[in-house]
Amino acid sequence: MALLSDLVNLNLTDSTPKIIAEYIWIGGSGMDLRSKARTLSGPVDDPKKLPKWNYDGSSTGQAPGEDSEVILYPQAIFKDPFRRGDHILVICDAYTPAGEPIPTNKRCAAAKIFSNPEVEKEVPWYGIEQEYTLLQKDINWPLGWPQGGFPGPQGPYYCGIGADKAFGRDIVDAHYKACLYAGINISGINGEVMPGQWEFQVGPSVGISAGDELWVARYILERITEIAGVVVSFDPKPIPGDWNGAGAHTNYSTKSMREEGGYEVIKKAIEKLGLRHREHIAAYGEGNERRLTGRHETADINTFLWGVANRGASIRVGRDTEKEGKGYFEDRRPASNMDPYVVTSMIAETTLLWNKS
Amino acid sequence: MSLLNDLINLNLTDSTHKIIAEYIWIGGSGMDLRSKARTLPKPESDPKKLPKWNYDGSSTGQAPGEDSEVILYPQAIFKDPFRRGNNILVICDAYTPAGEPIPTNKRHAAAKIFSHPEVEKEVPWYGIEQEYTLLQKDINWPLGWPQGGFPGPQGPYYCGIGADKAFGRDIVDAHYKACLYAGINISGINGEVMPGQWEFQVGPSVGISAGDELWAARYILERITEIAGVVVSFDPKPIPGDWNGAGAHTNYSTKSMREEGGYEIIKKAIEKLGLRHKEHIAAYGEGNERRLTGRHETANIHTFKWGVANRGASIRVGRDTEKEGKGYFEDRRPASNMDPYVVTSMVAETTLLL
Repeated sequence: MALLSDLVNLNLTDSTPKIIAEYIWIGGSGMDLRSKARTLSGPVDDPKKLPKWNYDGSSTGQAPGEDSEVILYPQAIFKDPFRRGDHILVICDAYTPAGEPIPTNKRCAAAKIFSNPEVEKEVPWYGIEQEYTLLQKDINWPLGWPQGGFPGPQGPYYCGIGADKAFGRDIVDAHYKACLYAGINISGINGEVMPGQWEFQVGPSVGISAGDELWVARYILERITEIAGVVVSFDPKPIPGDWNGAGAHTNYSTKSMREEGGYEVIKKAIEKLGLRHREHIAAYGEGNERRLTGRHETADINTFLWGVANRGASIRVGRDTEKEGKGYFEDRRPASNMDPYVVTSMIAETTLLWNKS
Repeated sequence: MSLLNDLINLNLTDSTHKIIAEYIWIGGSGMDLRSKARTLPKPESDPKKLPKWNYDGSSTGQAPGEDSEVILYPQAIFKDPFRRGNNILVICDAYTPAGEPIPTNKRHAAAKIFSHPEVEKEVPWYGIEQEYTLLQKDINWPLGWPQGGFPGPQGPYYCGIGADKAFGRDIVDAHYKACLYAGINISGINGEVMPGQWEFQVGPSVGISAGDELWAARYILERITEIAGVVVSFDPKPIPGDWNGAGAHTNYSTKSMREEGGYEIIKKAIEKLGLRHKEHIAAYGEGNERRLTGRHETANIHTFKWGVANRGASIRVGRDTEKEGKGYFEDRRPASNMDPYVVTSMVAETTLLL
């Protein structure tokens, strides 16, 4: 019999101009990604030219059964690494039929902040370091860990190689190339301190596209783990005890920070963030209190502290930035399950729009 | 094995003009698909030019042993996604040697309805949403479900991703491309509410081709699950209890419904369908009473009700249609094992001829 993969990998460009568009959205929990596909009559590269669509919100906890239509507005297009050809992935956000963003739609408010002239002129850049843990299917225990037991203590695994130190590299490498193929600004990957935990970085991305790119990178990652028969977890502290948690450190700079005298602008921005520490923490991901303990390269959740090259701080400024008097800084507080639309826009809002009064 | 695949995937176009035509028909149960292949001297794209054929009806419960020949009339051609090249799939319907449609041939009567002038001029469009369940071979338990047990309750699976939420995507994706390759008007796919259940949509197709395209898509799906070693079920309620059933919602519009003032036409059509609810239900698939309970996004089988954006209704009208005053509506009653020739022609007959 013909291989299933022969069919999955069929190149349709000689048979039909039609393409497949996979519309992606965020479900009712704020972290569950959903998608479905439709046929379009030909290739499209401008999201404004894609048709709006709708889905059954009563099946995702986002609408009641008697009035279940939720409308999908296409916002960003990426090449589909699974179907290839001219097929696409489409990042969408969700609205009521009347045109209001539904409560779980965090992109709409973020886009408003990013189109504020005070923010736009500062061209905010983001680099997000997404950590995640791979788990064995059905038992939900980290990949590579013995069933009912633990591996040797942390030490050998960070950027490690070898069958006894690196678990799941094929997923990580497939994801890296798939994201580059898709047109995502993925800037690197590394094995993390806890075995079975990995990290990829997306950026630098400008404004709202940081969120779009991170969400589509998360989508591609979970599709790849689906193929591999492995479960991906974005829990910020998947294993309690002497095992690192998972964060989504968010690196940030504005035009003024990147120019001469930028270091002073950075210090003022960090000061503002310190004054709104509680508000930010509340929006930086569920369960973060299990991760931000002051140990395992984190700052305690109730403390705001910044420092140069300090991984135990809430905000870390790199030595290069201090030396050159300009650059960027790293907010280490967000958890791996943060919503990048919320975090990126909140940082912009606090540092560029908010007044201490 | 790679050597076997080299042979399966041989491209014959440089060796010979001959092509292979896979003739497909519906067997005695009304849901079992059958097919066999023959060599033709050269490529062909017009079904009228294909030769009639025959098969042993006594082996499919469609003829007695002493007079077993059933004649196949080719009706629609699709490109063969398995053999590729110039090879084809041929949707056929079945006749006695005397030229009468055999009792299980539902296409014949449907084609008559669709060629009625009152129906033809209204250019009826259909979009069919075919749901189906993938089952593990030999144990016939849904794909991805633990043997002897159940997955977590419904919620995460609708359009879900991840190894713990989506079971069998490679089958679904292979089917999507194979149908596009074949020339079927497949308009989309999605993961369904029950884990291991999926849906594809075919349309908009005009008149009789809606049935031809859906049957060809079902054929391709079962050939793909055969490759994957998985069983496909079109049962409307494969697992009793708090698990969604499987339907074949049929979206419908006529020329008048798609033009200005169409919404009034739609409402009149829905009214006519309401008056024949029992007759339609009887023809909308065996076992539907296990699915149409009033729960799990269905309307109770004895109740006829319609509403805008209401997934608990027998007939649902989309918000866009209401807003623009024209469009189409969705008959949510047909079961996944319905015969599209019967359903599409009956909807046309009730709304346009009666």
